Amino acid sequence: MKKLINKPEDVVVEELQGIAAAHPDLVRVHFNPNYIVRADAPIQGKVGIVSGGGSGHEPMHGGYVGMGMLDAACPGAVFTSPTPDQMFEATKAVNGGAGVLHIVKNYTGDVLNFEMAAELAQAEGIEVASVIIDDDVAVQDSLYTAGRRGVGTTVLAEKICGAAAEQGRSLQEVADLCRKVNGWGRSMGMALTSCTVPHVGKPTFDLPEDQMEIGIGIHGEPGRTRMPLKTADEITEMLALPVINDLPFKAGDTVIAMVNGMGGTPLIELYIVYRKLAEICKAHGITIARSLVGNYITSLEMAGCSITLLKADDDIIKLWDAPVKTAGLRWGA
Amino acid sequence: MITRDDIISWLQCYRQVVGENKDYLTQLDAAIGDADHGANMDRGFAAVLEKMPTVAAKDIGAILKMTGMTLVATVGGAGGPLYGTFFMRAGATVDGKMELSPLEFLAALEAGLAGVQQRGKATTGEKTMVDALTPACQALRRALEAGQPLSAALQQAAQAAEEGMKATIPMLATKGRASYLGERSIGHQDPGATSSYLLFRCAADCFANKNKE
Repeated sequence: MKKLINKPEDVVVEELQGIAAAHPDLVRVHFNPNYIVRADAPIQGKVGIVSGGGSGHEPMHGGYVGMGMLDAACPGAVFTSPTPDQMFEATKAVNGGAGVLHIVKNYTGDVLNFEMAAELAQAEGIEVASVIIDDDVAVQDSLYTAGRRGVGTTVLAEKICGAAAEQGRSLQEVADLCRKVNGWGRSMGMALTSCTVPHVGKPTFDLPEDQMEIGIGIHGEPGRTRMPLKTADEITEMLALPVINDLPFKAGDTVIAMVNGMGGTPLIELYIVYRKLAEICKAHGITIARSLVGNYITSLEMAGCSITLLKADDDIIKLWDAPVKTAGLRWGA
Repeated sequence: MITRDDIISWLQCYRQVVGENKDYLTQLDAAIGDADHGANMDRGFAAVLEKMPTVAAKDIGAILKMTGMTLVATVGGAGGPLYGTFFMRAGATVDGKMELSPLEFLAALEAGLAGVQQRGKATTGEKTMVDALTPACQALRRALEAGQPLSAALQQAAQAAEEGMKATIPMLATKGRASYLGERSIGHQDPGATSSYLLFRCAADCFANKNKE
């Protein structure tokens, strides 16, 4: 294992110390239990938005705490859900009296821990709504699985709901909007390499030099199928078509498109993928109104990418364009 | 009777066994999950043992509830809420007791199992810890009701847990992260069922000299 770390067991705490040192204007970091909270939290009368998940997906979620996006993020150990005490304390820290929305990616651990946290917060009289993001089309049969995983749409939902909360919308409205975004967003990812969890020390799965995994999640878990490596254009098609056909996105639809790197793929390659994605959307009569290309929801140093399309109406586009000021996403502010 | 010292030895034994099997559990999890089960359980039970002095003078219910709450706060993943719920529910059924009859111990384990099933919305045959816990509780009940001593009954429970654990190998996972693999989950032993088997193995080893009650 070759990593820029001190000790594997200190990775998350030292990362949090780095975030606190780098962005004191945006966030405060609380330790034991660990959570990152907006520097100006709680904001009276504003719905608070809390998300969280295992570490190793940076900039998600800690990098999205700030004006116009999340009020707090709870980082777990690498690829491990955070615990209810973190989420409960974060929920209390951002509660400005208008209730708190939990945005939860659909993984068994995350769902169970957030469920326990919501019960604890409600017992203290805080109004909590939870929305589960499950946009990964690689998981096909939800009857026989834990359901679709939450991936790329999470980033878009956090931005859009963050803007809505900033406008002063109610908890019910922000939660409904989050469900709408989840319903209209679809993603699929692939890996060229595995990744190495620091405290494990070796790659999570073996992927030979000439092979790739299609339909991977974001925790180094293997995908649905393994096959010989293909060209960027062919791979983009293998990801984009299942995404388009699933919703389905139709001619005349307007979308926000994201080409996301898994952490170990350079931007030069992500733009090659985006070029092909734009071509495919055009051929399907789908208009890309806004785009995002870069590393937004990663899987440590895994090489590979994911594609997310979100059907967007005027409200969603306006919320997307609204100012945001976080370490990972910043415009208009 | 099972004393509070017996319960503490059981948890100490399990902490040690989890430590010894940390890499094994993580390897099992790497095959069909996300390679964190061993490290998570190790971290959780290390924390439980650290906190043990705070309940040293308390009853068995308090010890088990502390165990559950500590696991919930330190394990993370699905294992945290599931094992946490197991011990919290088990503890709630034996509140205030300084010793347990074998049937009371069984009732606590059964309450723990019911909690796991409720929290995880899982039943047997889905390639989860429920596949080890369920046959273990059933075997323990059968043996105790047949009048067997606790030590022998726990040996049978541990054996049933082991068989349940091995039976997860050919199963298709339909719950938890392994379910994302579909058919590819077949042929791998479930890490949660494995850690649950170890819990019963420790009980059998720990209470080996308890009998005739």
